[in-house]
Amino acid sequence: MNLEGKTALVTGASRGIGRAIALELAKKGADVLLNYNGSVDRAREVKAEIERLGKNAQLYQCDVADYSACETMFRDIFAEHSGLDILVNNAGITRDGLLMRMSEEAFDSVIDTNLKGTFHCMRFAARQMMKQRSGRIINLSSIVGVAGNAGQTNYAASKAGVIGLTKAAAKELASRKITVNAVAPGFIETDMTARLPEKIREQTLLQIPAGSFGKAEDVAHAVVFLASEEAGYITGQVLHVDGGMAM
Amino acid sequence: MLEKVKEITAEALGVETETLTAETSFKEDLGADSLDLFEMVMMFEEEFGQEIPSEDLEKLTTIGAVVEYLEAAK
Repeated sequence: MNLEGKTALVTGASRGIGRAIALELAKKGADVLLNYNGSVDRAREVKAEIERLGKNAQLYQCDVADYSACETMFRDIFAEHSGLDILVNNAGITRDGLLMRMSEEAFDSVIDTNLKGTFHCMRFAARQMMKQRSGRIINLSSIVGVAGNAGQTNYAASKAGVIGLTKAAAKELASRKITVNAVAPGFIETDMTARLPEKIREQTLLQIPAGSFGKAEDVAHAVVFLASEEAGYITGQVLHVDGGMAM
Repeated sequence: MLEKVKEITAEALGVETETLTAETSFKEDLGADSLDLFEMVMMFEEEFGQEIPSEDLEKLTTIGAVVEYLEAAK
């Protein structure tokens, strides 16, 4: 898999899975544009790491939930770069809580970042990719969007929504050689999952046929594959990276 | 203007400029789908420096209609 000469944008690239994806894309030769929202110091570290690999990296601060902020970010990107080959919509948040106690604000904020944020970035990137007659869009869904999870009605809805968005866009853009796929991680060791109580972690482990939690790099490898030339005939798919949790 | 619109149409849809007239319909004569139309509109916008709102797309059925629209919007 060689991504030499390609330009990729990864949203939510300062931490966790996004960071691993950005580094893996760079290792395969891509220049990487790193979107982050709050964690500027950690985003700078990722940038430095990519530069140590001999690839270009550039930071773009923007809250993907904000339509006009995304519009501005893409305007800047297209002013500074000749094109965009790969878009990875990874930025996501959780605001867990039981359905009956969940505030409208907690529901909306998760939908706004995870689902609408993905839509915003796809909307602006697709126009450029259509002109190029090529492009790879990879959206981060989740096993929770496929199988559900108590305490995560908002997150599950957002991640199931990402799958619908992925499939509809895949059909729209396939004739222009733009592929749109989703990756659905299972239980991956990140800051987001480290916050969970030990008991939940133990119970979860019992549900994983592979017998271990995944690493951010496991997800990154799947994303890199879908971003490659070799995956050109694959579109509208949901690739599970979950040690066999959902089949 | 007419010649330029013909040229862009020919390029976007892969047809010969000579076969196009003001009456040529994008959908009926050239088999353009909605994505093709959107793509042409992007090219018109770039060429003529005018923004074409999405709600006006349905008016742009023929080459002549595009010319009229762009001239009126100037």
